[in-house]
Amino acid sequence: MEATTPVQTPPAAGPAAPRPVFEVEGLHIDYTTELGVLHAVRNVSLTVHEHESFGIVGESGSGKSTLAMGAIRYLASNGKVTEGSVRLNGVELLGLSSKELRELWGSRIGVVYQSPLSALNPSIVIGKQLAEVARQHLGMDRAAALARVAEMLAKVAMPDPEAVIKRYPHQLSGGMLQRCVIAMALMTDPSLLIMDEPTTALDVTTQAVVLDLVADLKREFASAILYITHDLGVITKICDRVGVMYAGEFMEQAELHELFKRPRHPYTLDLLGCVPHFDPTPQKRSLVTIPGAIPRVDELPPGCIFAPRCSFVEPACTTARPPLAEVGEAHLSACRRWRIVPPPEEHLRAATEALATAETAEGGKATLVEVDDVLVHFKAARGLIRNREQRLIRAVDGVSLDVRSGETLGIVGESGSGKTTVARAIIGLTPATGGKISLSGRLLEPSTGRRPRSSLREIQMVFQNPDASLNPTRSVGDAIMRPLTLLGGLGRQAAKEKAENLLRAVSLPASYFERLPHELSGGEKQRVAIARAFAAEPQLILCDEPISSLDVSVQGSLMNLLMRLQLEQQTSYVFISHDLSAVQHLSDAIAVVYLGRIMELGDAVRVLTPPSHPYTEALLSAVPLADPDVKQKPIRLSGSVPSAMDVPSGCRFHPRCPRFLGDICVEQEPPWREGEGEHRIYCHIPLDELARLQAETLVLNPEEGGA
Amino acid sequence: MHVAVSDPIVAEEETLSGFPAQMLTERPSSVRIYWRRLKRRPAALVGTIIFCVFLFLAVSGPWVAPYDYQAQNAKVRLDAPTLSHPFGTDQFGRDIFSRIIVGTRNIFLLGGIGTFIAVVIGTAIGLASGYVGGWVDEIVMRLLDVLLSFPLLLLALVLLSTVGPSNLNLVFVVAILYIPMVARVVRSMVLDLKNKEFVEAARVRGERRSYVIFREILPNSLPPLLVEASMRFSYSIFLVASLGFLGLGVQPPSPDWGLQINEARNFFAIAPWTLLFPACTIALLVVSTNLMSDGLRQVMLPGGGRN
Amino acid sequence: MLRFILRRLGFMVVTVILASIIIFWATTILPGDVATMVLGRYATQQAKDTLRTELGLDKPIAVQYTTWLGKYVRGDWGTSVSTDTAVRPVVFQRLRNSFMLAIVAFALYVPLGILLGLIAALRRNTWVDNAISVGSLAFIGLPEFVSGVILITIFAVQLHWFPAQSAIDPQSSFVAAFPYLILPAITVALTSLAYVIRMTRSSTVDVLQMDYVRTANLKGLSPSRVLFTHVLRNSLLPTITVVAIGIGWLIGGLIVTEAVYAYPGIGRLLLFAIQRRDLQLIQSTALLIVIIYVVANLVADILYAVLNPRIRYN
Repeated sequence: MEATTPVQTPPAAGPAAPRPVFEVEGLHIDYTTELGVLHAVRNVSLTVHEHESFGIVGESGSGKSTLAMGAIRYLASNGKVTEGSVRLNGVELLGLSSKELRELWGSRIGVVYQSPLSALNPSIVIGKQLAEVARQHLGMDRAAALARVAEMLAKVAMPDPEAVIKRYPHQLSGGMLQRCVIAMALMTDPSLLIMDEPTTALDVTTQAVVLDLVADLKREFASAILYITHDLGVITKICDRVGVMYAGEFMEQAELHELFKRPRHPYTLDLLGCVPHFDPTPQKRSLVTIPGAIPRVDELPPGCIFAPRCSFVEPACTTARPPLAEVGEAHLSACRRWRIVPPPEEHLRAATEALATAETAEGGKATLVEVDDVLVHFKAARGLIRNREQRLIRAVDGVSLDVRSGETLGIVGESGSGKTTVARAIIGLTPATGGKISLSGRLLEPSTGRRPRSSLREIQMVFQNPDASLNPTRSVGDAIMRPLTLLGGLGRQAAKEKAENLLRAVSLPASYFERLPHELSGGEKQRVAIARAFAAEPQLILCDEPISSLDVSVQGSLMNLLMRLQLEQQTSYVFISHDLSAVQHLSDAIAVVYLGRIMELGDAVRVLTPPSHPYTEALLSAVPLADPDVKQKPIRLSGSVPSAMDVPSGCRFHPRCPRFLGDICVEQEPPWREGEGEHRIYCHIPLDELARLQAETLVLNPEEGGA
Repeated sequence: MHVAVSDPIVAEEETLSGFPAQMLTERPSSVRIYWRRLKRRPAALVGTIIFCVFLFLAVSGPWVAPYDYQAQNAKVRLDAPTLSHPFGTDQFGRDIFSRIIVGTRNIFLLGGIGTFIAVVIGTAIGLASGYVGGWVDEIVMRLLDVLLSFPLLLLALVLLSTVGPSNLNLVFVVAILYIPMVARVVRSMVLDLKNKEFVEAARVRGERRSYVIFREILPNSLPPLLVEASMRFSYSIFLVASLGFLGLGVQPPSPDWGLQINEARNFFAIAPWTLLFPACTIALLVVSTNLMSDGLRQVMLPGGGRN
Repeated sequence: MLRFILRRLGFMVVTVILASIIIFWATTILPGDVATMVLGRYATQQAKDTLRTELGLDKPIAVQYTTWLGKYVRGDWGTSVSTDTAVRPVVFQRLRNSFMLAIVAFALYVPLGILLGLIAALRRNTWVDNAISVGSLAFIGLPEFVSGVILITIFAVQLHWFPAQSAIDPQSSFVAAFPYLILPAITVALTSLAYVIRMTRSSTVDVLQMDYVRTANLKGLSPSRVLFTHVLRNSLLPTITVVAIGIGWLIGGLIVTEAVYAYPGIGRLLLFAIQRRDLQLIQSTALLIVIIYVVANLVADILYAVLNPRIRYN
């Protein structure tokens, strides 16, 4: 590798050269466990300047959180920094006493992490908890501290700060809580702000609001930001520089644009290809799959740790571990063959394939499942003695849709939308309390228990949580064989053979047949769940957020698996997710659900391009896309999803609708506006008006869905 | 902990370099894990071993004891411990060591059978009530709560005072007292498991109710059930011994430990060993059972379980 | 909140009624012929009939029950057949004695239990924690008569620090009774101590692993502030419930302990009544104990609900 002259690249903005605030050099962090000493983080270096935001991207086991916490020396008792240097504003952190560290933590460092509800003490009011920081580190008395709290809450755009100060955490929504935590972290105007997956637990529209907030605060506060996430899209919203971590080491560090457009490490390249691109054209492609698995920290390969899975590997890669070295202006890579790493578009074409598209139907495909005005209402019991008026939880409040055979219907919505409940109603786990569900023309009983075996055979489900999908006491083989014997009517021997075939079909080795679920990883368990669902050859498989809890690369390979199986078996899917990118990648038709009702329904392409329902529009502008060049409309929803017990009158979206018309939205339920090809929008605004309005707003990249 | 999880994909695929993509890592079976964890906890291990010794004595009692527990020998009454009578003799000249050994069987039988009945019936109630849910579950729950609201010893006393103490009644009382607790534990397990996806997958397959309860839910309830059962056993020893002490348990000449202690109080000043040895034996058994139960709890339940 | 309290109150009433039914059934119906029990096998038929009429045993069971319950609620607890005195004054006097014993025990095991549990949690997995945890395990389920006997052996007989028996005058004042209370109180407290230690340790360990403790630490607060303001407030909440439920243990423990030390409390009274087959005494005493226990649980539940903001503001 040639040496290039190191160049100090100043990040964006700032009149004078911004000074480095947070400097990490050669950091090594070890954990002592039952399995011995684990080198969780190895030889990590990074620098963050003031006003700069450094993003750390990585999958599970990458060590990103360990790095951040270890760097500020907040580790569990069995963790230790064994080597290296960490400097904050020039002060070395690794030699400080605990008292000095505490002082630093409270006043010079702010930390925000994933779950805001658990980050705050449930027994203390918000105001008091936030004021603690001001009293401890800013020397304020109670009154002054509370005033400062109100000031900070206003800065994070909290509605009615005075009221919030008196509330307990459980009385606020997730988005509001995260804002409180951010306010708390910024109260002392810290030099370093660490944010560890701060929006992962939030709805996508709430996430967008919080990301906007962070971007604003970035300008106002001089803090250096260390932003940790697994989500490549989110990175593009916040970060100036990005580092990609893998199994405890940095693979690459570069400026944002450079990383996305011209990565210099095969892992980064692959990772970019694993994320579905927003491409609402009928031509579908598979996603990049990274073969192999993330290595365990105690079983690292001798040379480059990514070598076993790398598409560009050569023998020399496996002998020595390449260091993270300069390969361009402020661009570091740990690959010896960085020169031959192709641009992402080229890699995408080479590593993925176009999928055979389902024949575009002339007369339309047969309708497999018809959902007609289905209601799922729960009674919220109130009071034991007095007969209070029963409050109703209207989880699903009149949903009608069709699933066509061989196609995928994607149902997308946020928390409280009722999308999962719709699927559960279709399969009968949560019986519908009103409306009709038909399979191939035959009416289905609302509850699973009352349906005949023949109907049960036709509809199966893949669940969200891979750890709970499989009976821990049953082997993998047994789990797959059971539907074969029960629903498929096969004898034991025939079932065993078929089960082995199914294992192969989901790309699992035959030796897994005897294994128990706890011996498998999350992704593997989902594959078994998929095999089990396909076992009895159903016509419809409901997929309820099947990939949400998995790593990015694993998500990609599972999506590929689902698509491949669909083409082979001609099975229909109902794919439910809050992840719009995944939904648009897999679906032929999309339904957008809000608070128990469908807002928009139609072909995937039509739904994702204008005219769209205002909610769809908001979703599209909120989804963070893994492309720094894309500009999305800054449409934001205020407030949060109302409770299903207090559904707003008229159009239930009206309290938050950015295109609110007026009284008509409050008083009357909207009509269905029919567009081309069975595209329907549930809105008072006529379609051509919507099309006009949505074309008028800000300039967009024409590639992206939403011109 | 940031130990990574592996996701090996295709066995047939190979990368360019020829590495097998099958980077499977061995994961030991659950029993081995349990054993390894148990070995790491010396207190629990010691407790388990001592418990097993008692169990052995309970099974082999009369054959192991040097003397017949009823054999009276007027010549050696209230003798201090000697080689031939390691724990001394009581007021009838009976060997205390033998009485203690034989008494082990007593306690194990009474406590053990009572616990066993409680576990079987309690599990049945908990399974049924938890799975069926609805108003049936509500009523059962309320009943259990009410029964659990009584101070147990009181209930035992009241019951025994009227039906009279006998071995059979004692077993029934133990069983009745512990059924609500077992049922509660099982019910909460069932409620937890009922909503797990693999149980729903079973329903979606059209499995019969009995299959779901016995093949899906019950096997996964076994670890907490086992822990609960061993804790109940420990408390049943407590109960049987206490009742014996109060004169409402087993009757003489049975070598029940509680009874022995009660009788020995009169001779305490002149022959303290008659009291101390049975007392220490009870203490030893209780402590070792507790250590064992707690060890089981930590070893088998994820996160060490909760009290 | 009010609804919650009313519901628990209703539950308590139901429990007590059910308990009274069980007690009544066990004492009156189960034993068979009460008259034979009281008068003996050789009493004349006429004497037995007279007694039966006197005791109201010729009426239907439901009537007997409601009569009895009605009288009980009004405070008419009848006469004790064995001592031929009114039941109620005796019961309350003995209750007072037990109460004194319980208070001393309570004062011993609650603060000590919480303290040791906290120490074990804060120093978890060190030898301190192991010692405390294993030690407490050893005491749970150790019958009071065993620990009592051992304690008496060591502290009374060998060391002569305390009296070996506590058969004092039932009407003694607290001050006079105090020296006799110590050893029994320690005996009773041991089991409950272990229980409180374990619960405190367990809930504190849980809280220590919560994110908000991490937040508190990262706010740079001093360790003592983190402990008192953030940790304890949340970890002691379950302990309150445990302490209240522990009163059930206490009651059971009292019965045995009072027997060991011959202390004139309510447990001893109950045993006495059982031995004499004195039905009125058994019924009244047992029901009173149940009521106390149930009330204690109710207070604990309400206290927990009041102190836990998530329940209070719902």
